[in-house]
Amino acid sequence: MTAADELSVRVLVPAGVLGWGVRADEIAAGLDLKPHAIAVDAGSTDSGPAYLATGRSKYGRQSVKRDLSILMDARRRAGIPLLIGSCGTSGCDMAVDDTLEIAKEVACEQGSALRIAVLYSEQSPKDLKVRNANGKVKPLAPSAALRDDSLEACSHIVALMGPEPYIAAIDAGADIVLGGRTTDTAVLAAIPLMRGANVAAAWHAAKIAECGGLCTIHPTSPGVMMSVDRHGFTMEPLSPQNRCTPETVSAHMLYENSDPFRLAEPGGVLDVTDSHYVAIDDRRVRVTGSRWETKPYTMKLEGAGGGPFQTMMLVGIEDPAVLADVDSFVARMERGLRQRLVRTLGNEAGKIDLSLRPYGWNAVSGRAAGAGAPPPREIGLMLVVTAPSQELATEAARVSNPLFFHFPVREGSELPSYAFPFSPAEIERGQVFEFHLNHVVHTASPFELVRTRWVDVSATPGKAASA
Amino acid sequence: MPKLKDVCRYVRSKNAGPFWVTVDLFFDSAETYAKYHDDPAISSEVIAAIYGVEAALVKRFPVKSLNMVKISYPRATPQGGVHERDMHSGQQFVPLLELQFR
Repeated sequence: MTAADELSVRVLVPAGVLGWGVRADEIAAGLDLKPHAIAVDAGSTDSGPAYLATGRSKYGRQSVKRDLSILMDARRRAGIPLLIGSCGTSGCDMAVDDTLEIAKEVACEQGSALRIAVLYSEQSPKDLKVRNANGKVKPLAPSAALRDDSLEACSHIVALMGPEPYIAAIDAGADIVLGGRTTDTAVLAAIPLMRGANVAAAWHAAKIAECGGLCTIHPTSPGVMMSVDRHGFTMEPLSPQNRCTPETVSAHMLYENSDPFRLAEPGGVLDVTDSHYVAIDDRRVRVTGSRWETKPYTMKLEGAGGGPFQTMMLVGIEDPAVLADVDSFVARMERGLRQRLVRTLGNEAGKIDLSLRPYGWNAVSGRAAGAGAPPPREIGLMLVVTAPSQELATEAARVSNPLFFHFPVREGSELPSYAFPFSPAEIERGQVFEFHLNHVVHTASPFELVRTRWVDVSATPGKAASA
Repeated sequence: MPKLKDVCRYVRSKNAGPFWVTVDLFFDSAETYAKYHDDPAISSEVIAAIYGVEAALVKRFPVKSLNMVKISYPRATPQGGVHERDMHSGQQFVPLLELQFR
């Protein structure tokens, strides 16, 4: 065997997401395997548009700080780089800066000197309009060609980075890389790609490891180690008590993917149609046969912004007379509320959307419950009022209140009182946020839409210099 | 003949990005997979009708090694809009449970 054949690049993936709750015992077990880097993703669009539209993190600051403290301490002891992708959930600039502040705080507390590379990938609508006009922006199914107003509707737009900016940052001496929005896989694949491992295996390993312990038999045990070599990769859990099996590893290609065999990434497509998954022992799985097809370099765009405002109310109903025919009760109430809004608010009522959702009956799907469905024991009836302003949404909810609270079981019957859980009854939910972009942008290089900033933290507590 | 819920050990749905939903049907054996994975009861047309999307946009992937079929379809509206009822699309599999195989 030559040295090249023996190449094995190990990346410790402590959890599927920063802030989940990494386990110090797992990290210690992982460090015993001498990893070349620690890498973790910190973001997703999975939880909806609010995080990108507002730039706020989904996870609590203390959750992120706790995980960062453990990982930065492990990094320092092992003398290896720490790579974090999609900082602050959305990976927009302000979310990255929030994570940078936490990292600087931890570095000062730990008294360690380090170089942090910060990668930004937030984009301006103005620049993207020009790229779109030049034919560089293409829609993804099921969306149509990009329109300027979709860009203007976004409060934040990010482009998903590939591994190249991470590799460049590590090459230039970064101890820690804090990245803006990046594909979940790119941040984990970066070090194996940099060190010359098999390209397809690096991407495939990263895809399997991106949710941490989800590719193991105990998904709540969050850490895994990916080892990528010239021919394939091996996946194993960090915890000695946990196991990977060919089924748990191969099944992870299904998770949150619309296609289980092909995964589009910046600069190529991973194809696992002919991948082969074999148990090496009772807790490690070896994977070979994955393919990588090089494609023109593209970065996916994500954009979200604020829409109208909502105010909601909830009543509990146990009255069997209502529950005997929930559908007609809800239909009558909706007509009644609509009439009351028109009577009270006049033309303003035309701007208001009302949605009645009987939880315990058919609120989750909104589909008819079907003939012969037995009456529920109780329902929670939610009224969602949507309007162009918070004030109007709340005014409409308050106008609706008496009818929503006392709506008669039958025309002309006495007025019942349903069970409000709160006072005041209405709850201002704030703004509705919406995704607007489902497109990719073609770039001449992986760095064209990326900005790198260097932050040096000195060993003296309280000092951080920014370049 | 059995319903889908009678021959699948596990059925799940999940958002696959803000614009797609993906449903995984795990059959309970290689035999039930072989017998039903291509059944008209779970054709693209049936899926399209249930979720109110175009049949041409429905993607179906039989995965023999896992005795499962993955079905993906575009969301009628992007995740998280004004009328969102299931942010992560985690309950969207339920109407499929009662589908009747031939």
